[in-house]
Amino acid sequence: MKSNRGIAGSSLSQLTMVRYREFWREPEAVFWVFVFPILLAAGLGIAFRNRPADVLKIGATTQQLAAALRTEKGLSAEVLRPAEGEKALRTGHISLLALDEKSGGVVYRYDDTNPDGRTARLLAGYAMIRASGVRDPVPSRDDLVRETGARYIDFLVPGLLGMNLMGSGMWGIGFSIVDARRKKLLKRLIASPMRRSEYLLSYLFSRLTMLLVEVAALIGFAVLVFGVPLRAPVWELAAVCLLSSLSFSALGLLVASRVQTIEAASGLMNFVMLPMWIFSGVFFSAERFPNALQPFIQALPLTAVNNSLRATMLEGLPLYQIGGELAIIAAWLLVSFFIALKLFRWR
Amino acid sequence: MGETSRPALCVRGLRKVYEDVVAVDGIDLDVYRGECFGLLGPNGAGKTTTIEICEGLLSPNAGSLEILGLTWAHDAAELRQRLGVQLQETQLAEKQTVAETIRLFRSFYRTGPSPDEVIAMVQLEEKRNARVGKLSGGQRQRLAMACALVGDPDLLFLDEPTTGLDPQARRQLWDLIQRFKTAGRTIILTTHYMDEAEKLSDRVAIMDHGKIIALGTPRELVASIGVDHVVEFASEGAAGLIDLAALERLDGVKRARSEDGVLQLQVTQLHTAVPALLAELARRGAPLSELRTHSATLEDVFVTLTGRHLREE
Repeated sequence: MKSNRGIAGSSLSQLTMVRYREFWREPEAVFWVFVFPILLAAGLGIAFRNRPADVLKIGATTQQLAAALRTEKGLSAEVLRPAEGEKALRTGHISLLALDEKSGGVVYRYDDTNPDGRTARLLAGYAMIRASGVRDPVPSRDDLVRETGARYIDFLVPGLLGMNLMGSGMWGIGFSIVDARRKKLLKRLIASPMRRSEYLLSYLFSRLTMLLVEVAALIGFAVLVFGVPLRAPVWELAAVCLLSSLSFSALGLLVASRVQTIEAASGLMNFVMLPMWIFSGVFFSAERFPNALQPFIQALPLTAVNNSLRATMLEGLPLYQIGGELAIIAAWLLVSFFIALKLFRWR
Repeated sequence: MGETSRPALCVRGLRKVYEDVVAVDGIDLDVYRGECFGLLGPNGAGKTTTIEICEGLLSPNAGSLEILGLTWAHDAAELRQRLGVQLQETQLAEKQTVAETIRLFRSFYRTGPSPDEVIAMVQLEEKRNARVGKLSGGQRQRLAMACALVGDPDLLFLDEPTTGLDPQARRQLWDLIQRFKTAGRTIILTTHYMDEAEKLSDRVAIMDHGKIIALGTPRELVASIGVDHVVEFASEGAAGLIDLAALERLDGVKRARSEDGVLQLQVTQLHTAVPALLAELARRGAPLSELRTHSATLEDVFVTLTGRHLREE
């Protein structure tokens, strides 16, 4: 009856296999982790793809004015009656309305808080100067640069990657631990000779391999389809992803350390993640928030992760130059992990 | 090994107090090697708390506990290797198959049968590759049993193994447990089904309010109330006509009690008590609408000791 160990293999590999199967047999999880970020990157990449420099639509109240303004190729001037022009301006069809004054001057009506309005104003002013026969006082010519790495998609992909690392790291560990606790499976496991550290390690191992696939899928897609740059060596990006993922997993462990129900876990997860979705610069730069908020925003783990990913991918900065950001991520990892171990309940 | 002569489980003065309830109130227990020991009692009697203390999942507030000559304080790792545990209400991971679940649990133990052998032991061969989520209640319970058996345990704990199962699944599980018994395993089982305790246990401890109120073989316990049979009858519209004292005076009747319009007599001699009862009813002109008799059971023991039933809602 008695037989030796080895039939079933080591318990660590068995526990890790359980983690893989839990993931791959849950189609929704596979979708959210692998497919969703790619779809999002594709959608946003297409919506915000770079077009030739915009031609701004403006209005002019006389033929003469319109003709003068058309000499500027960045403007498309249309002749409108004043009332029509006012309406077009209000509804955003044109960025600027040029009205002639009886004195012979021109009045520019535009919204100076709107970048298009300001651009149109500058171009219109320049066009009128040229129309009056004045030459450039200093000879000049244009030399155009279209840099990859400065497009919206380039900004977006590291943000999506950061968001994905957060979601899969926190949910990946948090959800299944709370679920196992709720089902009293954790209690059953600790009644067996299972090593508790191996249970935790199985999450770590499955997370690491999943991380590899997850990052490779999103980055591969972004590089091949959108030509998003990858300026730092791959191992540096891998190191940033690894540290980030561990940090979010520790945070997930902390959130899951005592919660008894899935509902409570979801609430707590969203409470932790929501501020980061908003403030941490996934879709737009975190620097747009007021200065007063910046210390808080910069201390969030996802902000540090996104900054590190952008610095590595887009600027190609070596790791020692983003030491501050990495230190923030590591601090979150250590603090969350040790508090989680203190608080953790198996039942 | 000198330890074979000692009880498999030896509990003295065990006490567990939760915030406002005394769950286990100073119990002593000895469970011998090779026996199947039943802890019988209603829900909330403290059975699960007792068994979870023995399994090392809870720590007692007072008392001593020795299992297989070992203690949780000194030999926790060794004990976990040698105990087989089936908890009340564990839901195993639904997305794993039967074989995967058993392989996982098998990997925790130094020795034991192969996963296939265990699957055969609990008769789940046909479900070997089925996901846990697709199993019936009885099959899940057998899988839980398999997880308790993979380490070839010296002592097997079964906490309410058949609660919530249909009669057929219960009987199947009883057959399994009976086979473990004949294989010479030591089993400790909790239940609130008196028939389960009676059928499976060599000895039974009846628990109520955290205390052991009776202990012995099922036969000894039944004999202790000095009653062989129980007669239950109902008499239409006559409940008021018959007083319990009069019934207790009947020949061969030891105790009488009334419950929901049914009168219950604990009798020592069925052959004298029933004719005496019929004569008494005829004399009072009370027509008999129901009459049942059964041999005294552990349920009757519990009722006699506590005045309540095991399964009071």
